[in-house]
Formats: sequence, structure tokens, C-alpha cells
Amino acid sequence: MIYALLVMSSPASGQCAMTAARFARGVLARGHSIKRVFFLDAGTGAGSATAVYPQDESARLQPWVDLAEQHGVELSLCIASALKYGMLDEAEATRYDRRRGTIHPAFTLAGLGQLVDAAASVDRMVSFGG
Amino acid sequence: MNATDGKRTLVLIRHSPYGSSLARASVDVALATAAFEQPVNLLFVGDGVLQLLSGQDCEALGVKNLGRLLSSLPLYDIDHVYVDAEAAARYQLDLDAAPVAALPLDPGAMAELVSTHDHLLGF
Repeated sequence: MIYALLVMSSPASGQCAMTAARFARGVLARGHSIKRVFFLDAGTGAGSATAVYPQDESARLQPWVDLAEQHGVELSLCIASALKYGMLDEAEATRYDRRRGTIHPAFTLAGLGQLVDAAASVDRMVSFGG
Repeated sequence: MNATDGKRTLVLIRHSPYGSSLARASVDVALATAAFEQPVNLLFVGDGVLQLLSGQDCEALGVKNLGRLLSSLPLYDIDHVYVDAEAAARYQLDLDAAPVAALPLDPGAMAELVSTHDHLLGF
């Protein structure tokens, strides 16, 4: 079965965003595939390369990076949300005259069309948070 | 499965209009879905029914007017907007004056509506 995930919760608040990452691993472990993970609203914080979490808490960024690098999962941050939360790639940082980008390269900025495209082509759309 | 299936998406909206950025994001998702010519319907439930208040004035808040955005739904060929009848009654909404025409549903009809869609996006 082909899945897509929609993540709306901030990784800094509650367990929902990390539950999404664990769910994604579970989906792949069962032999299903993931078309895309789309991050919306506060969920875009998942892509932060600059956020610092307490060392004795579980990593927020690495589970997603592993999904992208080991399983080729596409990680898309809603660009309209991402800009508001300070999640910029190098191109947007240049465009808005910010010193540098803030997102990890495993993530890309994308329009809502990428969410629509995912919903149109998958068997299951699972949302986290909201 | 391929991209031409025309999956039916129901956008379920629970957020009041000016209490959360997800209120606008959920409407934006519905508009984007329609703009890409995918079948989409909206269902306002709970506090989300407040998005259907008439005469919303948010100038003092310094944010965009969500009521005005909702009034553009018919331009995007989103024909079906539904509203939780119990919540609308609780908030004494005048649905005749709502920014977009919305059909009130009782709980049974809402469950039926959900079951006729391929995807449920809950906000």
C-alpha cells in the first residue's frame, strides 16, 4: 500500500511529530511505501537544522533524516508555513535577505500542490496533529 | 493506484477562525485541492463552525479575513460545504448570512459523509 503523511504538530511540543516519524518507519518495515511526508504549519519545525534540544531527550531531526537517506522518503515543508516559522533554504534566505538557510538538506520547500498530488495518488493519507 | 483516480477528499475543520494558524491553513488546503481539480468537500465541526460567522471584522487583529476567503470557495468550484448542525445551533449561527452556503448535518449524516470520501484531512 502507498501512504502519505501530513504532519502539523511542532516537534518541540508533545509527541505527535515523533509519533509520525515512528509510524513512517513502521509503514516501511511492513513492506509498504511512502510517497511523501508533507509538513504543514508548526509541523515545518521538523526540518530545522538549527533547533537545539536537550541532550537527554530523543533526537527530533535525525529520525526524519534517516528516513530520507536510508529509505528515500521525500520530506516536503509547506513553503508558506515554513517561511513564517523561520525554516528557509539557501534560496529563500537569499531572497529575503537572511544570513543563511535554516533547514536540513534532507527537506525541501514545496507548495500545497505537493500535498494535493500526494493525496491524489496514495491509498492512505494519515495526518498527525491539527 | 495512479494520479488520475480523482480521490475524494474531505477537509474537516475544527479551528475557530482567528485562534490558530491551522484555521486558514485548512481552508488553503481545500482551495489548493480544488485548484488542482481534485474533488474536495469541506465540513466545519465544533468551534470550526465559527468560521461561518457573517460580518467578520478582523482588521484590529492585523490578519487576513477568513470569511472573505470562504466567500471565494464557489469560484474554485467547491460546491459542497457542510456544517455540524449541533455546533451551529450552539453558537446560534445564522447560516443564511454565512460567507458561503453550508448545509447543516446531524451526527449520522456527518458519519455518512465521511464514509463517502477516500481521504479525510482533519484540522
